[in-house]
Amino acid sequence: MTDTIAIDVRKAVKRYGDFTALQPISLSIHDNEFFTLLGPSGCGKTTLLRMIAGFEDVTEGEIFLFGDEIKTLPPHKRPVNTVFQNYALFPHLTILQNVMFGVEMQGKPKSEAKARAGEMLELVQLSQFAHRKPSQLSGGQQQRVALARALAPQPKVLLLDEPLSALDLKLRQAMRFELKEIQRETGITFIFVTHDQEEALTMSDRIAVMSAGRLQQLGNAQDIYERPHNMFVADFIGETNLLEVSVDAIQDKRAICHLGGGHELTCDAVDNIGIGSKVHMSLRPERLFLSDDPTESESLAGTIRENIFVGTDIQTLVTLENGPQMTIRTSNSDRGNKRIFEPGTPVYVNMEMGAGRLLVD
Amino acid sequence: MASSKNDVRHYTGFFPITVLCLVILYAPLLVVTIYSLNDSNSITNWEGISFRWYVDVFTGPESDKFKTAAWNSFTIALMASVMATTIATLAATAMVRGGSFRGRGLSLGLISLPLMVPEIVTAVATLIFFSMIDFTRGYLTILVAHTAFCIPFAYLPISARMQGIDDNFEQAAMDLYASKRQAFTKILLPLMAPGIVSGLLLAFIVSLDDFIITNFVKGAGVETLPTAIFGSVKQGIKPNIMAISTMLLGFSIVLVTISFLISKSDNTK
Ligand SMILES: Nc1ncnc2c1ncn2[C@@H]1O[C@H](COP(=O)(O)OP(=O)(O)O)[C@@H](O)[C@H]1O
Ligand SMILES: [Mg+2]
Repeated sequence: MTDTIAIDVRKAVKRYGDFTALQPISLSIHDNEFFTLLGPSGCGKTTLLRMIAGFEDVTEGEIFLFGDEIKTLPPHKRPVNTVFQNYALFPHLTILQNVMFGVEMQGKPKSEAKARAGEMLELVQLSQFAHRKPSQLSGGQQQRVALARALAPQPKVLLLDEPLSALDLKLRQAMRFELKEIQRETGITFIFVTHDQEEALTMSDRIAVMSAGRLQQLGNAQDIYERPHNMFVADFIGETNLLEVSVDAIQDKRAICHLGGGHELTCDAVDNIGIGSKVHMSLRPERLFLSDDPTESESLAGTIRENIFVGTDIQTLVTLENGPQMTIRTSNSDRGNKRIFEPGTPVYVNMEMGAGRLLVD
Repeated sequence: MASSKNDVRHYTGFFPITVLCLVILYAPLLVVTIYSLNDSNSITNWEGISFRWYVDVFTGPESDKFKTAAWNSFTIALMASVMATTIATLAATAMVRGGSFRGRGLSLGLISLPLMVPEIVTAVATLIFFSMIDFTRGYLTILVAHTAFCIPFAYLPISARMQGIDDNFEQAAMDLYASKRQAFTKILLPLMAPGIVSGLLLAFIVSLDDFIITNFVKGAGVETLPTAIFGSVKQGIKPNIMAISTMLLGFSIVLVTISFLISKSDNTK
């Protein structure tokens, strides 16, 4: 990732008739960056990607590519390539011809296109399939051909629209790593679209979380996971306990809050949440732990309802006295040190320092 | 499925009904084909196999008339099918690729409707149209009329083919620096090609075989093969008519078969 801005989206808006698919959105994507657009289906990720590629016109606002306004350029004049969700490999051309296509269309001689396509097929380890037709390849192989085809013309920015969504889990996990490798090797800016938060967290330099056509938060994986700005981000990324709280006082940049049942909690104050606000607090289940006795004043009293074994973790549901239900995750490897409480046992829920996070709605 | 109780083959009378239908459909054609080989001046008395009536078609007293008519038929069918297919290809491209524009459904209906309209109605309408614009009837009127009624026939296999072409191919091509024109010629056209060839052959055969519309719009003295045959038949059916009909039938079967095979062929395997 460098300081040069590869793609600069400035207050871009997309409307289809009366429907606004994209509210004014501004993003600066750096050269060399692995940038991810993350959000649930229908939030406008593909729309934004297609605006950058040139398949959708921009209703309002501007898009710059390395400083040049590209809004009016047709798709074939933009040095940007796309890996389509369903790959869109040309079925009547061989794998090699598919990968050569973009280079040839750039006006390069056939020999150069062939050499370049050969390199790309090597990069994605498909050289031995060069003379097959796309229909003779598996889904994972087609996916890699689509990648090779989009990389061959050496685009300045590569757009990937949920490229892994059609693959099975194992292959998907392997491809995450491979994609990241290829991005590092080629040094091309990747704009990666996904609705899979795990994919986003593991691959990206930075993530833009979107919902309902709006940018919700922009940051690296840790920012987004540990310091979500709002309810949507906290809820969408990972698992969390969202507790309704009221802020009673703010002292030394700490907010003192209470929740139903008279329980009291303290966490870092947030700029635009003042005394008296009724907001939500996010508590990640893995940052909570259980004990027989209150470890400090903030331990919340409750009763164990259920233990659920989820492989790497044990997930415990606790009902707070006169209050809501919470989920606590205990790593399976910690079991030696931490007790498993039987359902019905009275316990205290404790939180690690900085675990609580106040959220605007 | 073959063992299913609802398999039509288990219905009572399935076999005899099937045979009956096939007999009704093909018996007349079979009779014509067999009697075209009859070594007799009569069309009903069988006197052994010979090719004399085939020879008669090319050398007999009516041969000049048939040769001219065949030439007219062939040239008209060729030009009309090429023009109709070109128009149909453009129409199918617009229809399938143009997204959902206003009146898309209507346009789709309008382009296939002529297939359902009784041919005599089309024939009368075309004739009236030519008279209204004071167009002298002759070779050109036949060509124009054939081009027009061949369009829906050419359109069907082309649009069927295009339905199967992913919308993204064109965009993928443009994403890879192909202009709209290059995306069409390098990607869409090769994918559509089997549909186009199939449509071309179908249009050709429909034009070659047409009688009703041709009979209405042709001027005096200009004949195509079907109108020439009809003209001869009016003076009594001679065995040479059977020979020429059989040849026309054979030619049609070959073209229809090729058209069918091409429309089923797949250049993506
Ligand atoms: N051509 C279109 N016409 C009307 N609405 C559209 C069109 N394309 C997308 N939309 C709408 O815009 C919203 C965003 O779509 P999209 O960008 O495809 O979402 P995502 O890729 O995040 O799943 C959706 O509500 C979708 O229905
Ligand atoms: Mg999408």
